[in-house]
Parts: sequence; structure tokens; C-alpha cells
Amino acid sequence: MAAHRCSFSAVLFALWGLSLLTVARGQEATLEGNDRTAVVDNPESVAGAAEQAAGQPAAEDRRWEATAVEEVSPTEAGGGSDSPAPKPAASPPSVPRPKDDFQEELVIRPLHSGDIYTSFQFRTLWETDFTRENKVSHYRLFPKSLGQVISKFSVRELHISFTQGYWRTMQWGQPYLPSPPGAELWVWFQDSLTDVDGTWKELTNVLSGIFCASLNFIDSTNTVQPSASFKPLGIGNVTDHRFLRYATLPREIVCTENLTPWKKLLPCGSKAGLAVLLKSEKLFHSSFHSQAVHIRPVCKDDQCKTTSWELRQTLNVVFDLHNSGQGKNEWSLFKMFSRTLTEACPVASSSKIYIDITDNSQGEQFELSPATPLLSQAVVLGDRRTFSVYDLTQQITFGTMRSLNLLIRGKSSQGDMLRPLLHAERYVAGYGLQTGEIHTLMYNNHPYRSFPVLLLDSVPWYLRLYIHTLTVTSKGKDNKPSYIHYQPSKDRVRPHLLEMLVQLPPNSVTEVTLQFERALLKWTEYTPDPNHGFYVGSSVISSLVPSIVAMDTNNSRERPLFSSFFPSKEESSYFVRVYTEPLLVNLPTPDFSMPYNVICLTCTVVAVGYGSLYNLLTRSFQIEEPSPGLAKRIANIIRKMRGVPPL
Amino acid sequence: MGLLSDPNRRRALISLLTRLNTPICIVCYMAGVAWFMGLAFEPFTLRTYMSENAMGSTMVEERFPAGERALATGREFSAHKKRTGGMPVEWLMKTMQAKGLEVFTQRFSRTLPFPDENKERYMVRGTNVYGILRAPRAPRTEALVLSAPCSPGDNNNQAVGLLLGLAEYFRNQIYWAKDIIFLVNEHDLIGMQAWLEGYHHTNTTGMDWSPLQGRGGSIQAALSLELSSDIITSLDLVLEGLNGQLPNLDLANLFYAFCQKIGVLCTIQGKLQRNDWDSVSGYSHAVQTMMLMVMKQASGRPWGDHGLFLRYHIEAATIKGVNSFRQYKTDATTIGRLLEGMYRKLNNLLERLHQSYFFYLMPSLSHFVSIGYYMPAFGLLAVILLLRALDLWVQLSTPPQRTEDGSSPGVLSLLTPLVISHLTGVALYMLPIRFQEMAVEHFPVSETEAVVLTAIAVYTLLSPGTEQGWRVLKLVAVLYLAVLLGCTALINFSLGFILALTLVPVAAFVTPHVPKVLSAFILVILSPACTLLFSVFFFQELQEMPISFQDGWLLFLSVISQGILDHSLYGSLVYPLITLLVYPCWLLFWNILFWN
Repeated sequence: MAAHRCSFSAVLFALWGLSLLTVARGQEATLEGNDRTAVVDNPESVAGAAEQAAGQPAAEDRRWEATAVEEVSPTEAGGGSDSPAPKPAASPPSVPRPKDDFQEELVIRPLHSGDIYTSFQFRTLWETDFTRENKVSHYRLFPKSLGQVISKFSVRELHISFTQGYWRTMQWGQPYLPSPPGAELWVWFQDSLTDVDGTWKELTNVLSGIFCASLNFIDSTNTVQPSASFKPLGIGNVTDHRFLRYATLPREIVCTENLTPWKKLLPCGSKAGLAVLLKSEKLFHSSFHSQAVHIRPVCKDDQCKTTSWELRQTLNVVFDLHNSGQGKNEWSLFKMFSRTLTEACPVASSSKIYIDITDNSQGEQFELSPATPLLSQAVVLGDRRTFSVYDLTQQITFGTMRSLNLLIRGKSSQGDMLRPLLHAERYVAGYGLQTGEIHTLMYNNHPYRSFPVLLLDSVPWYLRLYIHTLTVTSKGKDNKPSYIHYQPSKDRVRPHLLEMLVQLPPNSVTEVTLQFERALLKWTEYTPDPNHGFYVGSSVISSLVPSIVAMDTNNSRERPLFSSFFPSKEESSYFVRVYTEPLLVNLPTPDFSMPYNVICLTCTVVAVGYGSLYNLLTRSFQIEEPSPGLAKRIANIIRKMRGVPPL
Repeated sequence: MGLLSDPNRRRALISLLTRLNTPICIVCYMAGVAWFMGLAFEPFTLRTYMSENAMGSTMVEERFPAGERALATGREFSAHKKRTGGMPVEWLMKTMQAKGLEVFTQRFSRTLPFPDENKERYMVRGTNVYGILRAPRAPRTEALVLSAPCSPGDNNNQAVGLLLGLAEYFRNQIYWAKDIIFLVNEHDLIGMQAWLEGYHHTNTTGMDWSPLQGRGGSIQAALSLELSSDIITSLDLVLEGLNGQLPNLDLANLFYAFCQKIGVLCTIQGKLQRNDWDSVSGYSHAVQTMMLMVMKQASGRPWGDHGLFLRYHIEAATIKGVNSFRQYKTDATTIGRLLEGMYRKLNNLLERLHQSYFFYLMPSLSHFVSIGYYMPAFGLLAVILLLRALDLWVQLSTPPQRTEDGSSPGVLSLLTPLVISHLTGVALYMLPIRFQEMAVEHFPVSETEAVVLTAIAVYTLLSPGTEQGWRVLKLVAVLYLAVLLGCTALINFSLGFILALTLVPVAAFVTPHVPKVLSAFILVILSPACTLLFSVFFFQELQEMPISFQDGWLLFLSVISQGILDHSLYGSLVYPLITLLVYPCWLLFWNILFWN
């Protein structure tokens, strides 16, 4: 038993460790990644950016990475594909490094379905220590409102996302930054904090004010403390989940009032740089909209003696081919955002646009204009991608028109589905208002590798889970989870929390089913629109997925043979978090439109009907003789004494 | 209640009720029937009105332009259907994909308990194709369904064409807040049943289906479209679903409102609305419409593909295009606009349709009778049973004149008829399908019936009993019937009312002392089977398609086999209700008649 526990904790630890190491998805750099960018000190060069994107975790891999990440830039041929020395004119080397740094970046990916995916990332880095008492008062690039939140509430790491829509994995592939529909907030607090719950409550209320969102509806009934699924993304080694709080509001609607405060956090606001594209009337004319703020501590330098704080603001939008393209697969910045770019944000140290041209090496999928000579490669989500790069800090990018309007003219669009390696869906089975069953399906589409996934389910208390009905089956066979963490709900206090580590066999569907009973709420607990139903937040599936690059064993395209025999660590698997769709569950609902009738009828039935019927049934009736007169009574006494029957 | 707690007055009241029992019963019966007939009289009914605010005040503009193109798609579909000799799955998938939907298929197979002679099918195997229009920026929690059956022959091609045309048009709009599922189901109700069971992952009827790959959350409303001609004269709305369930009245209101707005003739039960309610013909028209609804509801079978949605608490209706000889013609573009308008309003829904009535009868599309108005008609019939029960109770509780054998009846003498009649019911329930396994050629209803009736005749002639005994038995039978009919009427008013119309007189008059032959004849005439036979003729009469007795008898047999099929395929409860409960109850009265 002990050995068994040991083994699964070892697996957990390994998974956590790997997730820490390889959590760098796409452009997201881990601490080591940052670390190296600090050493290389060349975030502007294409090679640097590519390296950063690749997110190499260990120093001994650097050489390999230099082979893997090729620089294809004829114009900058003199520049170092490997050397960290050259610097663009925008940031002369003589200027002393500022204590804070801002980078902005836009990735555009034409999707398989003909839709187009645009992902903005704004990163502010500040070498300061918020944990010191009242020392931080002068803010330059870092937004003061968030800085104060960090220091006041002893926040170590904060991740908040607002999403409108559901990411269609089957059509769009994996997103760079996954997020569930509605609002999601997870926070790691400093381990010095004593009253975590109280701080969490205050923090949610403050954030609710900052982002104009209903985060104040986060309370103990929808907050959980996941034991394994959410690990810190920044530095620090405290992983005691007592300091973690996770909550989602699946019903949260995201609109312009959430976008405006988010834009205000940017150093340039929406006045210059990439942020001029963020016009709400276009951003909300899309299939998917997700905005997020991530704050975490990262290493300041190689030694990692001190930390700096990283604020990463991301915005992901998918524009729909059919709604805005009128069926013609033709996209431009102006068409998507009704703006063109004229300059980079002046305070930004780097400002770039990446366009994913991996599937388009010969221009067979789409045409891109104006063309750019800069190319970059990165391993994103386990797949080696090639990007065209537009550097907005270079005046030449804007051409003679002094404005950049990228045009992507697609040739065709296929409607068929993708088969992402990991994919999940969830639904409620059954009918009627008494019971139901939650089905979670997890697809492993890898042809030969199985991999473990961590499933996190947080279900509100008003669905009473029958945990004994939990079944996990794959390929028709029972699949025993190696780790289960279940915290039962308490009515009106806390939700159910279920975390499982499940091994997904290759090329299979794993089905997790769980029956529940629908609770009858108190009449004041119903929402104003009870017949709409009640939401259950998305389940979260976190996993290290074997990468496509590693799958491609015949790959000799760009790699020397000696490098490709053993899969290297950072490419063999990559971290993916998949969110399922939220559920809408109808609970038994009284008819609120006629409370008066109900009250009248009930009272009448109870008072008149039931009362008298009960009376009639339980009492025995008998006819009472009128009491006889005095004379008769005396006569009877005499007759009794005489022994004759009374009158 | 003071009246009852005073023994003297109670005695007076009881003696009044027992003395005047028969006249009161007769009056109640007449009043019940009269009340029911009055329901169709327009001044007594309510006008329909939209209760749901989300659908009432918001105006939508209908702009669907592509009716002709939809019809061309329909013709293409028909050509492909002919070529493949069934559902053109590949073509449908390709077409839906080209229109930007997420397309999925579902295979299903089902072997019927015995061959369905009406539709000529026994081993059914098919594929449903559905495409999901994902609403922009919606989290897949809610969905609407538009379905069209892929029927054999030349039927419903236009419906599929229009469905695809609407899908293409809807796909280019940004305003959707709910996913829209476009479903083409094969083998009409069986395919629909398979799809719904797959979608909700239940298996109530033992059908084989492959699990669904794509879903859109909880379905809020559904419409099923049946259209077999390019130009139609009117649209017919079908509401009656499985077990007499009806969709929320707001769905009918929505349809009516859009028909008025766009100017399409609309009917219910195939009957146009008339304005001359004060004339005899106008009134009888309304009665006909309402009676058709009552008959259809009482049958408990789904009268369109929508009927199976209702079990899952999804409001659904079928819209049928009718092409008759009227002058007034409507083209596909107009129908498309009507559907567009309805879907846009359903899209606006914040909650499930729940504001309006779920229990109603419709004498015309613009008027309805709510449960509060029609229940008294049933109540007046049911009260007869209670009065008879009271009468019997009083007779039993007054000390009997101990002239002959004064022994009170044993439990056994009461239990025997109850058990035997229920066993007969079980036999009737089981035998048709069991017999079928032996004789595959045709459906042996008549044999079964004959066997069972013989068994009863033999059994009834043997039953001994006392004067006291039949009273107790009748008391039990009358109360049993009252409870049975009451429960039935709550769930399916029409069925309860029709059964009450025939069974209540039987229950009221039967004693061992009435003339045996005449009473037996009346009892048989008013038995559930004969009620069904009369209903068949009456229904044909209402549809203005009278049939000969021979055809009627054949139709009667096919109705029974359809009832059994509905039970085993879709889980309709009418057949088990009749055989397991109503029929045994009727047998009890038969038993009382032949009480020695």
C-alpha cells in the first residue's frame, strides 16, 4: 500500500516537475527561458525570440537548440544566428538596462477551417519586490492597480481569464493559451499568509472592481483547492495547495466593459502599438474572445538570486470566415480590426507580428502581403512551426505607405475535422429532473503512446454526486485511476472537488461517468431566471502530451541524423491544458409565476380540507342524552337502591 | 365540515345522497358531457397570447432570400437519395460541411417485435446526419434543433432542401446565442428516437445506436419540418406528442404569430380557423377541431417527429406544408422567412419555455382551453364513481338483514376476481408479442382477443358469491376505476375523458340483478376494445374520410398493432395502461354482472 502511494506520488511529482519545465507553450517562457533571455540579452533579434519561444529549459540543450532553431534571414545574414552580440538600432547598447521592460507581440495563425486566430501578448517585466512593506510607490510601466493588489494581498501568482465562447479544438487545434468559457481565477498566495480565505474573498472583490466583472460572486461555494492540477508557473518551490485558490464563473459574460479596464493596464493604453487594433466593435464580432492577465515572479538573472515580476496580458480572438469574410477567405488587419498599424508602442523594447506559415511553405494555402524576409522557427505545442516576422520597431516594415496592413488571401478552406492528440468533451445524460449523469469523454488520438492526464472536476453542491457510481472506462475496459482526490461537498458551503490521474491508452476514448441527484433549493436560492438552468464549470484536463515532433521518427528534414535518435526532453512531450464545455443543468424549479395561488391553495387545503377531514376521521361521535331533571335523578337513586332498572 | 360533524345533519345528507343517487349520477354525466361540448364554444374559451417576454416584445426582421436555391438543393438531394436508395449520407455530409457546419453521423439499428405492415419494415438500419452550427462566442450550453425526416419516395425532399438552405443562411449571421443543430433523420421516428437517446445517452427501448460525437448542450426547443411540394397553400401545426404530452403553448403562439405576420395560412388538425362561431356550422367546426385533438392526444402516439422530444423536456412541434386546391399559394422563401423568424425568437429565449400552459386543448389556433376549464368536465364524470362508492359504503355499513347466510365475505372471495382479472390483463399484454414469434405472417390480435374472451366467459360462469360479496367487490372496483381514471386524466386528459365516458356508465349501473343478456351486451359495447373501434370510426368521420365497416375493422387491427409497436419502440404507455389496468378493471364489472 505504502509502495503504491509512493509510486503515485512519484508520478505526480514527476508530472508536476515536467509541467514546470515544459509549461512553456508557444511564446510563453518559463523561468529558465527568461533566465536565458536575460543572459543573451537580445530579445529583439529573431534568433532570440525564437529561442525564447522554444523555451529551452536546460543549459546543456542549448547547443542542440541552436541546430534546431534555424535562422532563415537573408537580410540579416551578417547578424548572428548564434551570436548574441548584434543589436538593432532601436535599443542601443549604451543605454543602461531599464529596471522594467515591455514587449508586445501579435501571432496570427490562419486556421484549418478558414477562420483566423489572432493572439496578442503584452509582457511587462519589473525588477522589484512587492513583498517589502510599502516600498514600492513609483510605477513606470507596471500598472499601479495590480502592483498594489500584489503587495496588499500577498499574491505570489495570479491568473485571471475572461472568455466568451468555447475553443473548438476539433476545428482549430490547440490554442496557445487555453481558458474556459466565462471567468477563471486562480491565485497562489505567499506562504507567509495566515488568513487565506479572508484574503481570497477581499481579493476577488477588488479584482471585480478592477476588471468590471462579477468576480465578487466567487465565494466558498465555487472555490476549490486543487491538489495537483494547478501548479505555480513562476519560481518558488512552495506547492502546498493550502495557498492555492481556484474558481470559475462559467456564466460570466465578457464584453467591452471588461476589455476597457484590461486595455488600461497597458503602458501605451490603446493609443499606440499593437493595442490600437483592439477595437471592441470588431473584437466582439468574432467566434471566440478570450482575455487574460497572468502575474508571476520570474528570475531576474541566471543566478536567480532575486526575482522580478512578470505581467503578461494576453488576448485571443478567432475571427469567423463565414460571419465576417462573406465566404471569401481573405483577411487583412483592416478587415479584422478596422485599423492598420503605423508604429510600435514607443516604450516597448520589442514589438512584433508573427504569422504562422508552417503549412504554407510554398504558398499553397494562402498568400501573404507584404512579404517579409524574416522567418523564425519555434516548437509550439509539440509541433515545429515556422513564422514570418514583422518587426514594428523597424521603420522599413511600414513601407512607403507608413502603415502596415497585412493581407492574407486564403486559397481554400476544408471543413473536415482535425484530430488533436488530446481532446475532451462533456455532457449531461439522462432525462427528468431527479437524477442525471455527467459523462466526460477524453480522446487520446496518439497512434501508439499512452499518457496520463489529470482530470479536475469542480461541481456545485446542488448536484449531489454519487461518488460510488464513478466509473472510468477506456476501450470497454475498466480503467483504474492511479490517483483520486475527492473532497465531498457541503450544502451551501463548498463544492465537490474531484481530481484523478488517469492513464489514457493510445488511440482510445476514455469515458468518466458519475451520477448525480438534483437538489431542491430553498426558494430564495434560485437565480432570477431559474428555468435557464444552473451552470457547472468546465472540467480541466492537464497533461503532458507526446509531441508531434517526437512522433515523426522519419523526420530528417532539418535535423542531423545524430540528433534524432533519442527524443530530447523538451520535444518529447509538451504540456496541454484542455477545458471541456460547461454544463447547463436544470434543477427542479417551482412555478414562481403563481406563488399567490400556491400559497392560497396550500393554506386552504391544509386549514379547511385536511383539518376537518382529520377531525372527522379521528373523532368518534355519539349522541348525548340531555341530562335528566332533579326529580328523575332522585327517583333513579331510589330505584337503584330498590334493585329495579332506572327510568 | 360542520355539516358532517353533526350526526343528524350528516345522516340527512347521506340519506339524501343515497336516495337521489341515480338522478344525481345521471345529471352529473349529462353535465360532464355538456361541459365538454361547451369547451369548443368560442365565447367560453380564451384567446391565445404570448406569455414569454423574451419572445413577445422583441421584433425580428426576416431576410431569408434563398428559397429557390433551397428547392434546387432539395432536388439534388432527391436525386442522390434515388441513386443511393436511401439516405445519401456522403452527399449530406459534404453539403453540410461546405456550408460551414460541424457534421456528425449516427448509425442505428433496430429489429421490431413484429413486422410493421403500415410502413413495411422489420429490421431497420439507418444513419442520421446532423450538422451543428456553432454560435459565435457561446459556450455550447444551449441548442435549438431543426429536423427534417429523410422519407422514402418523393416525400420531404423540399424539407431537407429548405433545412440546408436555412443552414447556409443562418451560418452567415452573427446573432446566434445558441447552437443550432440541423438534423436529417432516417426512418422518421425510429431515427429520431435513436438520435435523442444518443444525445441524452439513455436507452429506454433497447435500440442499438452509435454514440454521438458532437453535442450542443441542453436543447431548448425543436421544430420538425415536413414539406413535400415546392409551393404550399397552408402550414399545419402538429403538437401532440408521445403519451399525449404537448409542448408549451407559447410554441404554438409563436407559430401563429409569425403566420399572421408573414401572411401564411395556418391550420391546426388540418382545419382552418373560422370566424362565424355563432353559427351552428362554425361551432361544429370548432368541435371537430377540438375532438380531433382529443382523439390524437388520447392515442398517446407521437404524431410527428417532434413527439419524442417532449420526454426530454424539450418543447417541440412539427410544421407540415399542405398543398391543397386553395388559391392562396406560398413559396419556399416565405416558409424560410417564417422559420428564420421563429428561430430568431427562440434564440432570444433566456429560459426554457415555461411561462405558458403545458395542458391545453385547441379548438382553433387562436383559442385554447386551459386545464382549469376542461378538468371540471372530467370531474363531473369522476364524481359519479364517488357517489356510487358512497352509496355502496352506506349499504354495506347498515346492518344487513340476516335472512339468508349472514356471513360477511372473506378476503379470498374478493381477492380471487382481482387476481384473475389482472392475470388476464398480463396475458393480454404478453400474448400478442409472444404469439408473434410463432406466427410471423400476420398480427394475431383477433386470436388473442378470442382466447382471452373465452377464458373470461368460462371463468365468470363459475364464480360463486354472496349478496354482500358483490357489493364489496363493486366498491373496490369503483374506487379502483376512480383512481385509475383520475391519474390518467391528470397525465393525458383526453385518454382519461374518453375512458371515463364509456366506463363510468358501466361502473354505475352494473349489479348482478340487472337483465343479464342485455347488460352483457351493453358491457361489451362499452368495453375498452369497442371504445377503440368506435374511436377509429369517429376519427375517420372527423377527418371527413368515412370508411366502410370492413376497412374500419382492418384499421382497428392495425391501430392495435401500432399501439403495441409504439409501446415497444418509443415507450408509449397507452397499451400497457389499457391491458394491465383498464381491461382488468372492466373485467371486474363483468364479474359483478355474472355474480351468482
